[in-house]
Amino acid sequence: MSPDRRESRRQPRSGAVFEGRSVPKGRRRLRGWSWMLAPALGFFLAFWLLPFVRLIVMGAGPDNNTGIAGYWMVLTHEQYLSSLMSTLLLSIAVSVSAVLIAGFCGYFLARHQFPGKSWLLSMLTFPLAFPGVVVGFLVIMLGGRQGALAQLSLWATGERWTFAYSLTGLFVGYLYFSIPRVIMTVMAACEKMDTSLEEAARSLGANTRQVVVDVIIPAIRPALISTGAICFATSMGAFGTVFTLGTRINVVPIAIYGEFTNYANFAMAAALSVILGLVTWISLFFARRLSGEYVGGGA
Amino acid sequence: MTTASVRRNGRRGMFYWQLAFTLLICLFMIVPVVMSVTAGLTENYFVGLSSGLTTRWLVEVWNLYAQSIWLSIYLALSCLGVTLVLGIPAAYGLLKSQKRWASLVEELLLMPVAVPGLATALALLLAYGGFRGFRSSWLFILVGHVLFTLPFMIRPVLAVMQSINVVKLEEAASSLGARPVQRFLSVVLPNCTSGILAGALMVLTLSVGEFNITWMLHTPLTKTLPVGLADSYASMRLEVGSAYTLIFLMMILPFLIVVQWLGQVMTRKASARVS
Repeated sequence: MSPDRRESRRQPRSGAVFEGRSVPKGRRRLRGWSWMLAPALGFFLAFWLLPFVRLIVMGAGPDNNTGIAGYWMVLTHEQYLSSLMSTLLLSIAVSVSAVLIAGFCGYFLARHQFPGKSWLLSMLTFPLAFPGVVVGFLVIMLGGRQGALAQLSLWATGERWTFAYSLTGLFVGYLYFSIPRVIMTVMAACEKMDTSLEEAARSLGANTRQVVVDVIIPAIRPALISTGAICFATSMGAFGTVFTLGTRINVVPIAIYGEFTNYANFAMAAALSVILGLVTWISLFFARRLSGEYVGGGA
Repeated sequence: MTTASVRRNGRRGMFYWQLAFTLLICLFMIVPVVMSVTAGLTENYFVGLSSGLTTRWLVEVWNLYAQSIWLSIYLALSCLGVTLVLGIPAAYGLLKSQKRWASLVEELLLMPVAVPGLATALALLLAYGGFRGFRSSWLFILVGHVLFTLPFMIRPVLAVMQSINVVKLEEAASSLGARPVQRFLSVVLPNCTSGILAGALMVLTLSVGEFNITWMLHTPLTKTLPVGLADSYASMRLEVGSAYTLIFLMMILPFLIVVQWLGQVMTRKASARVS
């Protein structure tokens, strides 16, 4: 810290010292280096915070058709409430299923060594980098009109079965990009976990179910909840997948997009975005508090 | 048979059940990718592989969308440049400032990641959409990308700075007479290379794949790769969309391989340091 001290000695005596109190050490350090933060903070203030504050204000403005304030419309009108509810339910369903499925796989992969494991792991986790649009296209590959299921069912029953262009397709898509993330988190948590606990439980006669319920799940619970919250937030805010699957699916991001581009109803688009942002921010904040992990939604 | 061996057999059976389940999930992840790659290389997907393999769809994608691919590369590199210039000093500032302040600032800078891209884009459009020149240039998209990727540069750099005890290194340097700027450039920066590298890879991958913000901010003249992808999925034949996806996969694959390799090297280093 010596250079800081030298600098402050060179500076003219500030008011704080005249009053007989020295500046607290933390403040002095902050003053010395806060300018390094200035470019990033300035950029953030100009291009995110100010525009977003404006968005919050616009959300209180009147709706184009009814003249009712945007936020109040979202909370009282069936059309918006139903899309909010279906998005919430879909995201909860996705995060619970992803944690169950990928938690199981992640635990298995963390505990066993076998030939080809690293290949299996890379194949399970590389879709992490796919944008939502690509995931949507992959769902069409599975369940679209020329998809795998349609071809199979055509061969077996003579009909084309599709699920891609509905909430089911969206569920499959969100599950697709949630699974790699959960697997990685669960594997990391299991590797940190003390294996002797598990061995002790087994040697005391606990069966597999008891070991899982009483030892493993409590040990990795924070990781499970936080990764679930991240999947939830990602599914709430995701736009690319549903955009590819078709804009008739009634979820909040599509509602925002529709209000903005089709009806130029800026107050409603702003109100919906702010509410959606609040939900995803709270769940990610909660996830970070639980795990200290630094991840956000992206797809 | 003794109870112990029964239990052992039971556990081996469990192993195969679990392996089978994991393989099933792996199939779910891989089958659509393989299907898409095959579709991009077959003459006619409706007929099937028997129609023959071809690269004509790849060529067609290149003719139609080469500009969007170049713009994405250009955008990703510019985004990397800006996040380096903004992010590395910011990480250093966070390291040096009081803990309470630092966590507040970090929380703020993370907002564009925590809030859906659609909301960020809408806020940007409503605030700056009126500036015609800015709105129609690629810089508008660059702003969105920088907001979204900046935390992913700051975080790994800050983590490395915290782990290598920068304060001690700097004390040593200043006792040898190095001035603050000199210390930052010749002592702090070279010691953070691994964090900068990890952040840079993340920023490039995220920027190349970003869709939510970009879709709202793009104009017909500033289409990026993912925007072009959405466009081709909506309006082109399945083979063209697949071929385009194939090009995208080939573009991000090197990044992913390097990230994985870097992760392995880092864990090996870390375990070597522990033992």
